[in-house]
Amino acid sequence: MTILPVAAAQRAPAAIERPRRRRALSWTGIGAYLQAAPLALVFAGFLLFPIAAIVIVSFLDYNSVQILPRFTLENYRELLFSAVTWETYLNTFRLAALTWAVTLVIGFTLSYFLAFHVRTRLWQMVLLLVCTVPFWTSNVIRMISWIPLLGRDGLVNMSLLRLGVIHHPLTFLLFSDFAVVLALVHLNTFFMTIPIFNSMMRIDRALIEAARDAGANGRQILWNVVIPLCRSGIAIGSIFVITLVMGDFVTVRLMSGGQSASVGLMMSNAIGLLQYPAAAANAVFLLVLVLGLIAAIVRGVDIRRELTIAAEPASAADE
Amino acid sequence: MNSRRRPLAFYLLAAFFGLYVLFLYGPTITIAVLSFQGPNGGLTFPMNGWSLHWFANLFQPQMVGDFGGSVERSLALGLMVMTATVVISLAAGLAYRKRFRGDAALFYVTVASLVVPSILISLGIGLMFSALDIDPAWYSSALGAQLTWTLPFGLLIMFAVFARFDPSYEEAARDLGASAAQSFCHVVLPLIAPSVIGVALFGFTLSYDEFARTMLTAGSENTLPLEIYGMTTNITTPVLYALGTLTTAFSLVVIIGCIFGVTWLQRRQNGKPDIARG
Repeated sequence: MTILPVAAAQRAPAAIERPRRRRALSWTGIGAYLQAAPLALVFAGFLLFPIAAIVIVSFLDYNSVQILPRFTLENYRELLFSAVTWETYLNTFRLAALTWAVTLVIGFTLSYFLAFHVRTRLWQMVLLLVCTVPFWTSNVIRMISWIPLLGRDGLVNMSLLRLGVIHHPLTFLLFSDFAVVLALVHLNTFFMTIPIFNSMMRIDRALIEAARDAGANGRQILWNVVIPLCRSGIAIGSIFVITLVMGDFVTVRLMSGGQSASVGLMMSNAIGLLQYPAAAANAVFLLVLVLGLIAAIVRGVDIRRELTIAAEPASAADE
Repeated sequence: MNSRRRPLAFYLLAAFFGLYVLFLYGPTITIAVLSFQGPNGGLTFPMNGWSLHWFANLFQPQMVGDFGGSVERSLALGLMVMTATVVISLAAGLAYRKRFRGDAALFYVTVASLVVPSILISLGIGLMFSALDIDPAWYSSALGAQLTWTLPFGLLIMFAVFARFDPSYEEAARDLGASAAQSFCHVVLPLIAPSVIGVALFGFTLSYDEFARTMLTAGSENTLPLEIYGMTTNITTPVLYALGTLTTAFSLVVIIGCIFGVTWLQRRQNGKPDIARG
């Protein structure tokens, strides 16, 4: 299924590994550069320059009206020596860790069911599409949709009251950390499911047969064969989920009703107050942390190969 | 092979899957039902009669701000992002079939674009535009911000496509005297058409529903998701649900239409050897 991008991200490598130098077209020399140029230009203009702008602005002074072209380390000093910063980062890590753990369990279980228990290819694809279609609809609407379910007079409270399970409406259901994590799981499980499913589909079924013949029980097969073989899928899914949650501000604002804090929210508040250098210093700090996290995830797992083989012939040529 | 009896684990996992699907779709179905509230109905159950009142309400402009304008902008932006994503990622996909200097670096930048938090991109683009003294707008800064999200997906899909593409078809075309342009238009493009449609759909719906990267880069005029977000704070009637239901229905029609289109194209190709797909 080529419309499942995260799967494509994983399949990409296996693909372009053979050098394709079989024929020398007259226009290939310059053609490749012309073909890659638009992509490079978009990323230069809307990714690299903006990040450079953030880094520069993070070292500039400002007043209540504008950014002043004066070098200062004050933005970083204020950021790193403020207790609020560390509490906010801690809270964001907590949300990210909770969301990661829940999406991992759900994503793994769904993938396991699809890959090993659904027997036909057609049904696998149909059920996978059922899991992925909501990804293409509006996140904002998907968040709003929780309100009539979780609110004080929502469906969940009403049902529990009527059943006599509770005597007062539960208030933690909406506008709480619970609601934030619920919504984050709801929005992001997709990113965990697809890469893990893809890893599982690539596991040679003979290995599982061999483990069974050697006397392994179901749990041993799961722990010693299946999980190690989907580590790259788990790593890719984890990177997606963690980076998406670390930078989130919309879900936290909407679902916590302003009662929870996150790094993204802190930044968007600073932007709202036109304190761009403060927001920029925070952004640089967040970027460094996120890249560090990714490096840590990649370290334990052989994911480099997965993501880089596509670019490998080239790097070999450069050397 | 289907004669084997299914183990208990199958039923447990199937139940888990069912619960997940309920979790996934339950909220959307809830607001879809609630958007048919009677004229005096509220934001929660019970239903106070059934009507199309709130859908009609949606088309009275004074009720919901600049709803019409935001829909137009979102559609236009979606089409722009779709076109740009298809053209740019297809071109880059072709470039990656050959070697070129810096291709590894470009690949890493592409992957980085997926994992850089969206608020950083918004902030950075905002700063860059103000440094260049350009007013941000949905068709410039927001377009760029959305492309940083759709292009990596587009390129990765193209990698997967060309990975499974058999170059001997092109060689055959060339041996028969086709020019590079002819072999691309008449051989390569028809073979990868289903995936190109997939990329197009992807670009369109991601843009149409994009929020985090657009919020700080759209300038003064809202796109639809921004308009809906604004409504959550000041609209307290089911008109909000009616809007949500309509947009979701629209997205679903696009997606399902596209899935059928792709399947149809693939089936048409299946008469011939299956080369565009693995």
